[in-house]
Amino acid sequence: MKLELSKVVQGRCRLGQLKEIGRMGQHSLDIPGCLLYTHLGTVPHLTQDTLHTLSSLPTVTQVTLSNIAEHQEVLDEFKGGFKTFAGLHDTVLYCSLHDSAAHRPTGHTTNKTVSVWGSGGRIELTVAKFMALQRMVQPDWYQAMADGETWQTGTSRKRVRKSVDRSLAHLDECLLVHQKSQELDGVSVFGVVEGGDILEERLCSARETAKRPVAGFCLDGFQTGAMDQALRSQLIAAVTEELPEDKPRLLQGVGRPDEVLACVEAGVDLFEGFFPFQATERGCALCFRFDVTPDPESAVFEKKEAGETQPNGDLNCDDQTHMTRFEMDLKDKRHQDDFRPLVEGCGCYCCRNHQRAYVHHLLVTNELLAGVLLMMHNTSHYHSFFRAVREALANDKMDLLRRRVLGTLTE
Amino acid sequence: MSTVGGNMAAPITSETDGNIKENSMFLKKTLSAVPPLTLRIVAECPVTKARACDLTLPHSSVSTPVFMPVGTQGTLKGITADQLEGLGCQICLGNTYHLGMRPGPELIEKANGLHGFMNWRRNLLTDSGGFQMVSLVELSEVTEEGVKFKSPYDGKEILLSPEKSISIQNSLGSDIMMQLDDVVSSTVKGPRVEEAMHRSIRWLDRCIAANKHPDKQNLFAIIQGGLDAELRKACLDEMTKRDVPGFAIGGLSGGEEKDDFWRMVTLSTDHLPREKPRYLMGVGYAVDLVVCVALGCDMFDCVFPTRTARFGSALVPWGSLQVKQKQYAKDFQPIDPDCQCPTCKRHSRAYLHALFKSDTAAMHHITIHNIAYQLTLMRSVRQSIVEGRFPEFILTFMKRMFPSPDQYPGWAVEALASVNVTLE
Repeated sequence: MKLELSKVVQGRCRLGQLKEIGRMGQHSLDIPGCLLYTHLGTVPHLTQDTLHTLSSLPTVTQVTLSNIAEHQEVLDEFKGGFKTFAGLHDTVLYCSLHDSAAHRPTGHTTNKTVSVWGSGGRIELTVAKFMALQRMVQPDWYQAMADGETWQTGTSRKRVRKSVDRSLAHLDECLLVHQKSQELDGVSVFGVVEGGDILEERLCSARETAKRPVAGFCLDGFQTGAMDQALRSQLIAAVTEELPEDKPRLLQGVGRPDEVLACVEAGVDLFEGFFPFQATERGCALCFRFDVTPDPESAVFEKKEAGETQPNGDLNCDDQTHMTRFEMDLKDKRHQDDFRPLVEGCGCYCCRNHQRAYVHHLLVTNELLAGVLLMMHNTSHYHSFFRAVREALANDKMDLLRRRVLGTLTE
Repeated sequence: MSTVGGNMAAPITSETDGNIKENSMFLKKTLSAVPPLTLRIVAECPVTKARACDLTLPHSSVSTPVFMPVGTQGTLKGITADQLEGLGCQICLGNTYHLGMRPGPELIEKANGLHGFMNWRRNLLTDSGGFQMVSLVELSEVTEEGVKFKSPYDGKEILLSPEKSISIQNSLGSDIMMQLDDVVSSTVKGPRVEEAMHRSIRWLDRCIAANKHPDKQNLFAIIQGGLDAELRKACLDEMTKRDVPGFAIGGLSGGEEKDDFWRMVTLSTDHLPREKPRYLMGVGYAVDLVVCVALGCDMFDCVFPTRTARFGSALVPWGSLQVKQKQYAKDFQPIDPDCQCPTCKRHSRAYLHALFKSDTAAMHHITIHNIAYQLTLMRSVRQSIVEGRFPEFILTFMKRMFPSPDQYPGWAVEALASVNVTLE
């Protein structure tokens, strides 16, 4: 993979394209960008038909070992790699360790192992087993095995240091096996930067990881709830200082729009796309605005909407399951007879074909279609937001965008 | 969305105002004289009582024999309207009871009827709510007035009368509405059955009178009479005197013996008019469909295919396949290698087996497959009738479905024999 930057702001915030991704090098991904979040290769609630109502899908599909590990025997027998097993469309497959939207119990990591939780319980992974899985999955790109259990409050310095050391050891072992594996020829490996909330550890991890022959970097242990955004921005900025400019940085566990913006400005290129899924599970539709080009029509719309006060989630809410200020709760009675689309002007299948009243009804009656329609809308809305981020960067409108997203832009 | 009989052409221009008014009245009457339902019999099987027809309804035409998937609450369990249309579905069901409770008829009217609310462009059939009275709720009382029951949402007592049921269905705007019938379980015997039969006739008349849109919405009668041939015959005699656009055969598919079931079906079709559609309610198992087509039925509905899908049960020409079972974990072929549905074209049993542990989309894949299975089955049945080879189709179908002739269900053998088809 090749990173082509078209613009860098304040030496950190980058706009560009990740090119020649995939084994055949035939795909590219605009950055800042997000990945397509899936459960075992399926975007939650969606089949290929409903998925492809979305006009522009991210070119990179993310799968996690927490979903895949329990199917090791099946993949071993199948031999054709995960993409074919899952009937995936033509896409780049990125394999991560954990699912950022799933609850992850702690306390089971050792010097030689990490654990993932499948539907049948805990699965312990050594590097050997981790790499065996990668050889069966045959992704285009994966993250090295890492110990990221540093996000609980009160994690000791000693524990943080352990996560840094272990992750480096795992990385080295992974790379050794990788070089010997024919099935992984042409596959990219990302090193994982750890260090919790301790600056020195973060710098150490970044510097050491950067010495290894990796294609890019995952920033771990920064997930929503691990620390406040101010510290996160500070640490990420310091970390990216130590990382080579020509390699991409993928931030794990962060998806809220305001956090995304701050992290882009701190030097992050890629994000996981799980936030739309979380909103869907809450029965909520993403509705935050991200338009910054002056549009007289939208000014009128803004006036109409101004009278409405949505129940806002807490901006600083650290609990990923709580509703945020970026979405509306469609179970709320106010939507019962609202015949407008979820978001006026949204081109997704749901907004083109259905109204708030219908989605409200589906939620109240516990109908499966609610999840399908909300997932389509939320995915579309979120990816459009990323497009807006790139445009704002290109046109020096990041400040306007931030205010628009936070809802503090008045004109 | 064109509605037969509902569009007004421009009045013919003329000299005087009076003339204009007269001409537009004439056109209105002429246009509303076009019935909202026409049945054209395309082919009749010379051996059995099966027919293949073109049923023209306000929203689109429907090829029969037809299986109608059930979209109880204004949605077909995880499938979008586009996906359903893509599978070739021309008509599906909504439930008056459920939708009458939530979100209620007033809201649906505001949304341009159930079609507008669901965004379904083709046809809709709504049942009366009668069956749910018996199957779902704590029944308070059935009187001549209607059915009194307790709402499961707020415990209030509600009266569902023929007038109320039709009023809700008028608001829903379905292409076919069902009369409110006095529903009695098919396992009940004795005078209650006769009482219910007679009351259903009286309620039919009240429903006919209450229909606000006879030019756009077709009201079907429902033949009752339980498993008693005489009662059923009496009901047929009376109800066929009413000029309704179609008839349903009700009071069956409720747990009665199949031996009694098929006899009542064939008795009913013997006495129903040829040129009106026959709708057998609640029937959806493949074998039942094929046999009852042979006995002269045109339309069917059942929750089974879509409900069983959500449990991982995929319908196939040789029975069903429980995808969640261990034996499919490493089975890399599709559910049915001959099936052309989106699920079978892309996914294997093994993948679906694995997906059931990770995401609800697994259910949607099976739902799509099962609907495709049912619709394809009916399409093949129809084609064989049109091509004059329905009896051969039945033989092939049964051979595929059952490992050996001694496993053919006895009732099916008898029923088919009664219409001149001898299974081995």
